[in-house]
Amino acid sequence: MSYVLIIGAKSDIAKEVARTYAKNGYNLYLAARESSSLEDLKQDIEVRSGVHVELKEFDITAYETHESFYKELQEKPLGVIVVSGYMVEQKLAQKDFNESLQTINVNYTGAVSILNIVANDFESERRGFIVGVSSVAGDRGRKANYIYGSSKAAFTAYLGGLRNRLYESGVSVLTVKPGFVNTKMTENLDLPEKLTAEPEDVANDIYNAQQKGRNVLYTKSIWLLVMLIIKHIPEFMFKKMSI
Amino acid sequence: MSLISWGMYPKIKNQKFSLRDTTTLCNYIKESKEFIPFGNGRSYGDSAINENILYVKPYNNFLHFDESAGVLTCQAGVLLSEILDSFVPRGWFLKVTPGTKLITVGGAIASDVHGKNHHIEGCFSECVEEFTIMLEDGTIKSVKKGDELFLATCGGMGLTGVILEAKISLKKINSKFINQTTIKTKNLKETFEAFESNKNLPYSVAWIDCLAQGENIGKCLLMVGDFADDGNLEYKSKKKLSIPFNFPSFALNTLSVKAFNWLYYAKAPDGVSKQKVDIDTFFYPLDAIGNWNRIYGKNGFTQYQFILPKESSFEGLSEILREISTSGKGSFLAVLKLYGKANENYLSFPIEGYSLALDFKIEDGLFELLNKLDEIVVKYSGKIYLTKDVRVSKETFEQGYPQIDKFREFRKENNMDSKFNSLQSKRVEI
Ligand SMILES: Cc1cc2nc3c(=O)[nH]c(=O)nc-3n(C[C@H](O)[C@H](O)[C@H](O)COP(=O)(O)OP(=O)(O)OC[C@H]3O[C@@H](n4cnc5c(N)ncnc54)[C@H](O)[C@@H]3O)c2cc1C
Repeated sequence: MSYVLIIGAKSDIAKEVARTYAKNGYNLYLAARESSSLEDLKQDIEVRSGVHVELKEFDITAYETHESFYKELQEKPLGVIVVSGYMVEQKLAQKDFNESLQTINVNYTGAVSILNIVANDFESERRGFIVGVSSVAGDRGRKANYIYGSSKAAFTAYLGGLRNRLYESGVSVLTVKPGFVNTKMTENLDLPEKLTAEPEDVANDIYNAQQKGRNVLYTKSIWLLVMLIIKHIPEFMFKKMSI
Repeated sequence: MSLISWGMYPKIKNQKFSLRDTTTLCNYIKESKEFIPFGNGRSYGDSAINENILYVKPYNNFLHFDESAGVLTCQAGVLLSEILDSFVPRGWFLKVTPGTKLITVGGAIASDVHGKNHHIEGCFSECVEEFTIMLEDGTIKSVKKGDELFLATCGGMGLTGVILEAKISLKKINSKFINQTTIKTKNLKETFEAFESNKNLPYSVAWIDCLAQGENIGKCLLMVGDFADDGNLEYKSKKKLSIPFNFPSFALNTLSVKAFNWLYYAKAPDGVSKQKVDIDTFFYPLDAIGNWNRIYGKNGFTQYQFILPKESSFEGLSEILREISTSGKGSFLAVLKLYGKANENYLSFPIEGYSLALDFKIEDGLFELLNKLDEIVVKYSGKIYLTKDVRVSKETFEQGYPQIDKFREFRKENNMDSKFNSLQSKRVEI
C-alpha cells in the first residue's frame, strides 16, 4: 500500500491526520524534528491499524537538507501533507525580528522548499496529492495576528498557484484553513465552543476533502461564512475594529 | 470553555488540565488541591464534574495487541469506538459494552459499566486483566485482579486515582451482524416471562412504554440476540446526524413523548419477529444522532437508573411504573435489563435482578418525583446507579451500597479523599 508523508508530525492535528490515513490503509512517513519522540505514536498507529510507520528526521527550516531527505525515501509517497506551523504571540513577533523570521520560515519558506521538490516529482509521475494546512488567519491581515497571518496568506497563495500548475498533470492540491482547534496550543485560551473544532474532526474533514479532490477546505465549515464576512468589511471600518 | 457532562446539568465553571504524559500529570497531582478525572463526559450527572478537571481523553495511544490471547493494552483515554474501528474488521469485539461506544476505557473501568449481556458476562471489570493508576502522591501502581485497589477502582468513580493504562481482553466474533428477535409484550408479567425464557441468549434489553396505564403497565419491546456467523466483518462507522442546537423546552412535553412511544411501539409487528441488524443498530442506536442530549433543551436532563433484587423486581417495578405514569412526566427512553450475579467490587452497581433507566428533563417538580421513586427503591432494597446520578441523597445512596464504609476507609487510609473529589462524591460523602 502507498505511503503518505506527513511533514510536521508532532502537532495534535498531525497526529489525528496520521491516524485517519492509517485507518484507511495508507502507510506513513512521519517527519519532524527529534522524530524519536514520535515512537509512541508509531506504536499506536501500528497496533491500531496494522500499517507500516516510519519516523523521519526533518527540519523544515533546514532547506539545504530537503532535496536529499526526499531523495532518500525508499518508496516515494503518494501524498504529502504539510502540517508544520509556528505561532507566537503577535506582540513578541513585533518586538523580536527573529520570531517574525521563524514564523515566516516555518509557515512559508520551509513549506515552499519541500513542496517544490515534491511537486516536481509528482508532476513528472502524473500522480499524487498535496495537502497544505494553512489558516483562516491568512484570509485578512488583522492587528492581533498579522505576522502569523501574513505567513499563512503567502502559503495560501502558493498552494493556489501550485494547484493551477499541477492541474494538467492530475495532481491535486488541497488548501486547508482551520479556524480554532482544540489542541495543546490553544489549551489555555477561552475559545468559543461553536467555532472550535476537535483535531479528529479536522483530520476527518481533511481526509474526505482530499479524497474528493476538493480545492479549499474550511474546518469547521462555519468559518467559510465567518471569513466571508470578515473579508468584506471595508478597510476604513476594519482598522477601527479590534478583531 | 467549561466541561459539562452528558446531562448538561449541572453547569459550573471549571479549569481543565489535559493529560498527555505522566510527568506533567505527576506535577499536576502534586500541585493541585483536588480534582476529578473526566473521560468523555458520557456519565449523565456530576460524577466527573468539579472545579478542577483532569481531561483524560487526549491520553489515547494503543500500546500493544496480543493476537493469540486477544488482549489489548491501551491508554485510558481511548474510546471504545476506536477499539471497534480497529478490531471488528479483524474479528474482535468488546466483551462488555454499554449502550454508547463514545466512552473512554478509563470511564468504563471507573463506572464498571455493564451491557446487554450482564447476566452472562458481568461488568466491564471482568475483561480487565490489569491496569495502572497514578495515586495521590504521583506514584504509578500496577493493579491486578483481586488487589484491593482493583476492587475499589472498578466502579470507584475516579475517586481512587487516575487510571492510566489497561489490559483488556476482547472476544472473537465472526460477523458484524446480530441475529435479533423482537418480542412484543402486553404487560409487565409478559415482559418478565419473555426475559426469563430467553436468558440463555447472550444479549437482551427491553424498551418499556412507561406512559402505558392500568393493565398495560410494563408493556415492552424486548430485543434479544447473538452474533451471526456469516464472516462479514466490514465495519465502518456511519456518518451521523447531529442535533445542532438545544431544543426549546416546550418541544418535549407529555404529548410528544406519547406520540413517540406510540410510534415506536406500533412500528414493531405483534408477537415475535426476527431481524438481522448490524453492531451499531443493535448496541448503539443512540450514537447515530450526535448531541441527542440537546433535545431536552438547555436546562438539561438526567437519567434515573435503579436496580432491584430479583425477588422484589416485579412488585417494585409495578409500583414505580404506576407512580411515573400518574405523574405524567415523560421519558423517551425507559430501558429495562436483566442482571446476573453481583461482583465483589466495592461500588459496582449491578446485583442479580432487573434495572430500569429513565430519562427526564430537568424541570420543576422533577426532583420531588425522583425522591418519591427513591423511597420505593429503598423499600424494595434496590440501589441507584452513580454514573447517571446528579441528585441522590447520602442516605438513599448508602442503603444500596453495603460496602460503602470499606470504600470510605480505604480512601481515607490512602489520602485519596483529599485529592480526588467530584460534586457527587461530596454530596454523598464518599
Ligand atoms: C447513550 C448512553 C448509553 C449508556 N448506556 C450505558 C449502559 O448500557 N451501561 C452502563 O453501565 N452505562 C451506560 N452509560 C453510561 C456510561 O457508560 C458511563 O457513564 C461511562 O463511565 C462514561 O464514560 P466516560 O469516558 O464518558 O467518562 P466520564 O463520564 O467522563 O466519567 C465517568 C466517571 O469515570 C471517572 N473516570 C473517567 N476517566 C477516568 C480515569 N482515567 N481514571 C479514573 N477515573 C476516571 C470519572 O471521574 C467519573 O467518575 C450510557 C451513557 C450514555 C450517554
